[in-house]
Amino acid sequence: MPEGTLCNRRPITTEEELKALLADKGGATYYKEMEELDVDTEKLWSTLQNSCKTRTRTWLEICARCGMCADSCFLYRVNKNDPKQVPAYKIQTTLGEMIRRKGQVDNAFMRHAMDVAWSQCTCCNRCSQFCPHGIDTGVMISYMRGILFSQGFVPWEMKIGSGMHRVYKAQMDVTDEDWVDTCEWMAEENEEEWPGLEIPVDKEDADIMYTLNAREPKHYPQDVAEAAILFHLAGENWTVPTSGWEQTSLAMFAGDFSECADSVKHVYSAIERLRPKRVIGTECGHAHRATVVEGPYWAGLETGLPPVEYIHYVQWLAECLREGKIKIDPAKKIKEPVTLQDSCNYVRNHGLGRYTREIISYIAEDFREMPDIKEFNWCCGGGGGFNGIGKYRKERNVGLQWKRDQILATGAKIVIAPCHNCWDAIRDLEEEYEIGIKWTFLKPLIIEMAIIPDHLKPAEDEE
Amino acid sequence: MENLFNILTGPCLYIAMAVFTIGLIGRFVLYFLGLDWKLDRVAYKAHMGQGLKGGVHSALKWLVPFATHGWRSQPLAAIGFFLLHIGVVLVPIFLLGHNVILQQRLGFSLPTLPQGVADALTILSLVGLAIMLLRRLLLPNVRILTTGQDYFLIVLVLIPLVTGFLAVQGFGDYKALMLCHIISGEVLLVLAPFTKLSHIALYFASRMQIGMDYAIKRGGRTRESGAFFPW
Ligand code: HEM
Ligand code: SF4
Ligand code: SF4
Repeated sequence: MPEGTLCNRRPITTEEELKALLADKGGATYYKEMEELDVDTEKLWSTLQNSCKTRTRTWLEICARCGMCADSCFLYRVNKNDPKQVPAYKIQTTLGEMIRRKGQVDNAFMRHAMDVAWSQCTCCNRCSQFCPHGIDTGVMISYMRGILFSQGFVPWEMKIGSGMHRVYKAQMDVTDEDWVDTCEWMAEENEEEWPGLEIPVDKEDADIMYTLNAREPKHYPQDVAEAAILFHLAGENWTVPTSGWEQTSLAMFAGDFSECADSVKHVYSAIERLRPKRVIGTECGHAHRATVVEGPYWAGLETGLPPVEYIHYVQWLAECLREGKIKIDPAKKIKEPVTLQDSCNYVRNHGLGRYTREIISYIAEDFREMPDIKEFNWCCGGGGGFNGIGKYRKERNVGLQWKRDQILATGAKIVIAPCHNCWDAIRDLEEEYEIGIKWTFLKPLIIEMAIIPDHLKPAEDEE
Repeated sequence: MENLFNILTGPCLYIAMAVFTIGLIGRFVLYFLGLDWKLDRVAYKAHMGQGLKGGVHSALKWLVPFATHGWRSQPLAAIGFFLLHIGVVLVPIFLLGHNVILQQRLGFSLPTLPQGVADALTILSLVGLAIMLLRRLLLPNVRILTTGQDYFLIVLVLIPLVTGFLAVQGFGDYKALMLCHIISGEVLLVLAPFTKLSHIALYFASRMQIGMDYAIKRGGRTRESGAFFPW
């Protein structure tokens, strides 16, 4: 069979296609069709020739095959040092082999490459720090995901995720109307406790435009309210766009790079429309990577920078606490031992580790670092889309063991994770291994600890 | 025999040196010409200064023994690497014997190492190469990566080292050893640009690139160490 009805080389473009794919529970038919999916070897080879250039070719060629990257990969470590999990092995036997065979590979090869690309690597990039030649296997795996996507060899949930972005301009079926409704609803809901609380929509020339993760309006609307409360507390002049509010990119995990470009351009067009002084993104690692770090390149900006200053939530929060825009009640600081899980996407790949530590210095009395911090941090175990793929749930649960053991070694009872992916991974590891920890974003913690100025308190308090 | 030596240390040597030098410089230059800001997603041109800082730092820091997390986390590989490389880089260039030929043929020479030091470095190189070979043979994570070319290169480096050392020490048939040393050395020079030995130049290219990447895109303006990634 050349192409299936669900599993094929065409990305999702309509809501009907997306619904048909969603209706295929667990992707049973989808994966069955994949077993028959032909490889378009001509297209594969021409794609490789056009996009696999000097940097990647040199990496593949000069790899000393020294294995120094092995120990740096958590998936190698948790899989009992399985040599097949050595980063160089993973990429040489897939992308490297594809190129050596000039694209002449078969269906079984591609399905194996898919397993490697999505279940043996989270694109955390840690191995790039340990390779003497500076070879970045995570970057190559991410590139290979793009190749596999263009040939239709992509996990079911990833195809859905990229399809969501294509159809709804969000990673979930949250339309712009749903989003604006959520803003109104959340502002109303919290008005009583926070007099004057607003979620200003589409306000032009504000100091701050806020962007977020579609999961927040969809599943955790309270998070939207918390963001509003903190902006309110800090006295910020802020807004959210009616369209272009979704900052995440499952398309990036899926390897659907043309949609990555469209998604980020959509956010940037909101910036152009509303002309904020700066943009602040929510507590999410990959969203930051997709719109701030990689996004400018997808959007074709030669400066490599977003159109205006675009910062992560932790940068803004550190600034607020430093400058006293939000004050912490010393009596309410966390007494229990606390540890921190930084997202690879913002810490290794954007150097934000100092901001998270600054925040923690204001809010926790007993902060315990895991070994290997900041740039040298380890993946939560569920990054790069790993959390969301049913087919690889078993492998993901094994992957969680590294973080589990790191957390246990600190003795911490609370794990602060300013990233949706890390937060999910830690929730799942608690569910799977029951080590008795709590996990949290920063927003709810700060609200609980902040000193509320009298003029922001509800009227009855003043009597 | 004299004639053969003359050809080997004359025209053949020139050709080998030319292929080696032009080949490696060519590969280095082509590497940078081939970089693509859009495909690599690194704004090389827009932030050239920042990039160069990070790039040079990344290439140099890894040349200092145990200076990086990578070397510290793999002490055995680090020891093997530095023992081998200090010798194979310094000895061929600064050996008295090589500079005598240089003086005769080209009319100039470089400062030279005392023979004892050169001998010691050669032995250490052999120890380094042995460590690297043993890692390959014994560690499953290295063995699985190893290809024929890796063994071939180890032998290719081993032969000129051993034959040169034995000839200088007066073991065995001097002429035969010398012949073997010169031929294998020249083969090594000629093959370097076309095998993984091209890393002699491409190490600097690849390490500069990753340094630029981390300096320009991945946190160079937010991290406390700025352009200098804390390798
Ligand atoms: C300044 C010049 C050089 C630099 C920066 C350099 C750098 C490196 C690096 C980073 C590696 C990988 C590390 C490892 O395998 O542990 C390596 C491996 C190697 N280098 Fe070099 N190198 C240089 C010159 C040379 C020369 C002149 C030779 C030989 C004549 C050589 C022979 C080798 C060999 C044989 C290996 C692989 C060893 C193995 O099998 O693992 N290198 N080099
Ligand atoms: S550390 Fe680098 S050079 Fe060594 S095997 Fe891994 S990718 Fe290849
Ligand atoms: S990027 Fe991370 S998960 Fe992927 S091979 Fe490297 S260390 Fe392992």
